[in-house]
Amino acid sequence: MTVKELQLKATEIRTSIIEMLLEAGSGHSAGPLGMADIFTALYFEVMNIDPNKPDWADRDRLVLSCGHICPVLYATLAYRGYFPRSELMTLRRYGTRLHGHPHNLALPGIETSSGPLAQGLSQAVGMALAAKMDDKKWRTYSVLSDGEHNEGQLWEAIMFAGKNKLNNLTAIVDRNNIQIDGFTEDVMPLEPLPDKYRSFGWYVLEIDGHNFNEIIAALRHARAVFEKPTVIIAHTVPGKGVDFMENDYRWHGKPPKADEAKIALRELRTLRGKIIGEHE
Amino acid sequence: MRYLTDLASSFSNLIPPRDGFGEALVELGKINQNVVALTGDLLESTRVQAFAEKYPERFVEMGVAEQNMAGVAAGMSFAGKIPFITSYAVFSPGRNWDQVRVSICYSKANVKIVGAHAGISVGPDGATHQALEDVAITRVLPNLVVVVPTDSIEAKKATLAIAEHVGPCYIRFGREKNPVITTEKTPFILGKALPMISGDDVTVLANGQMVARAIEAAKRLSTRDISVGVVNVHTVKPLDQKTIINVAKDTGAIVTAEEHQKIGGLGSAVAEVLGEHFPVPMERVGINDTFGESGEPNTLMDHYGLAVDDIIKAVERVLERKHAR
Repeated sequence: MTVKELQLKATEIRTSIIEMLLEAGSGHSAGPLGMADIFTALYFEVMNIDPNKPDWADRDRLVLSCGHICPVLYATLAYRGYFPRSELMTLRRYGTRLHGHPHNLALPGIETSSGPLAQGLSQAVGMALAAKMDDKKWRTYSVLSDGEHNEGQLWEAIMFAGKNKLNNLTAIVDRNNIQIDGFTEDVMPLEPLPDKYRSFGWYVLEIDGHNFNEIIAALRHARAVFEKPTVIIAHTVPGKGVDFMENDYRWHGKPPKADEAKIALRELRTLRGKIIGEHE
Repeated sequence: MRYLTDLASSFSNLIPPRDGFGEALVELGKINQNVVALTGDLLESTRVQAFAEKYPERFVEMGVAEQNMAGVAAGMSFAGKIPFITSYAVFSPGRNWDQVRVSICYSKANVKIVGAHAGISVGPDGATHQALEDVAITRVLPNLVVVVPTDSIEAKKATLAIAEHVGPCYIRFGREKNPVITTEKTPFILGKALPMISGDDVTVLANGQMVARAIEAAKRLSTRDISVGVVNVHTVKPLDQKTIINVAKDTGAIVTAEEHQKIGGLGSAVAEVLGEHFPVPMERVGINDTFGESGEPNTLMDHYGLAVDDIIKAVERVLERKHAR
């Protein structure tokens, strides 16, 4: 896909995220909007997958470790053809397959169950290790939040992946600087995060998480790294695309109300127009 | 006394049950390429060493990181492996209970959790290392099978059985040498309680090393013309409700015996079944809502109420209640 097509796809996904959250009446806004570009790049450009065969043994895997941003995963999977887009509006409702936090047995394309933070990276590491044992060529991707790095389990997994030189593993850190109680550097400082990863034996890339050229280049670069797992620290703007949500930690864990959603959707329509205009 | 199954002619052969696990793991390595073993820096004492030496490419040293171990195992299982994760029961499924709950049980990951050094008989290491709550915290988890084998031969059979079972399983062993009471011919069916001694007056439902003690209690009581049945309830979940209700109907009095807290373990599980389906007088032998301490294994077993005499006293109490009805 061209950058323009990817940008438009990400905008559609952001629009669905707002609509889903409004309909659900609960859920997280900022993280999903901030990660729409990266999920679009992964599912529409980088990962070797087949939505018609979600259990295909040689597929690339994506493990969402920070389960609370699942609206972006659900919307991306629906746009990619894993299940009907109409189902997005059932998010968090009784009888839905789109649970508040993802469940591997509920929906095609969901590799693990996540919610309790830091459990995803360990599972991604397990998949990558199994692939190495069997000499399989598929890759494992894991999306992590920055706040998630407060958890001890994450560092156990980081240490283990470094020890085992899992170069078939790419972790993507959503470095949006917010968590529930405030800015990450106030709640529990993470910096120097790149140095921490390097000292655990990882190859580190830092990118603008909204620049498709950088996102795709980094994801491809990671495939060419020998002897080390790669972490892509993606600097993202929480709430990206919706002005009043951007960079405001209060939007971490709540959905828009009807009037707020109206403004958000209008902004996203304007954004769509701008993207088309810019590429004319 | 009438034996209902094959039992060893004497109970003088003492072997740690974990030895049976280690042997089974090597056998599994041979017959199933997908079996892998992970340990949290406890290679020798969890008896993974023989597997690790024979199949180094399928052994993973995790370091002292039980939470990561549970998650890595789940991930490996999603890629087709059958991981056995080994540590002490206080750490796995103790310390990593949330990972066991979500990464393994909720996701139906085909992971086998092996908890070594369970029970008060861990001895000198003291209370921190004596898992007395592990059955309680595992049996509440949906999708999880919970097994407490009685001796090394049964531990071997149980290990082979849980590898066959597709889905998460927890198996626990004590540290010490225990009497080998079963034989190669004794049946083992996952989820099926095994009646060992026939009795008319009362039935003792036991697991782990308490089965041997229950049989010893039955022997001593038979000299007083008290007929005590013994059932080996090696699988705590899924619990064999049918057999438990049947023996309650047959004898009208039940004693449970386990090396675990009374709260939440086998005794609780049996009480739940009988309370709902066929209430009869019942007594529980187990740890009485307390932590352990350092000491020699048998000293602790006696002090914390897990001796043969404690089973005998429980039988006497339950018979008094039965006859008072």
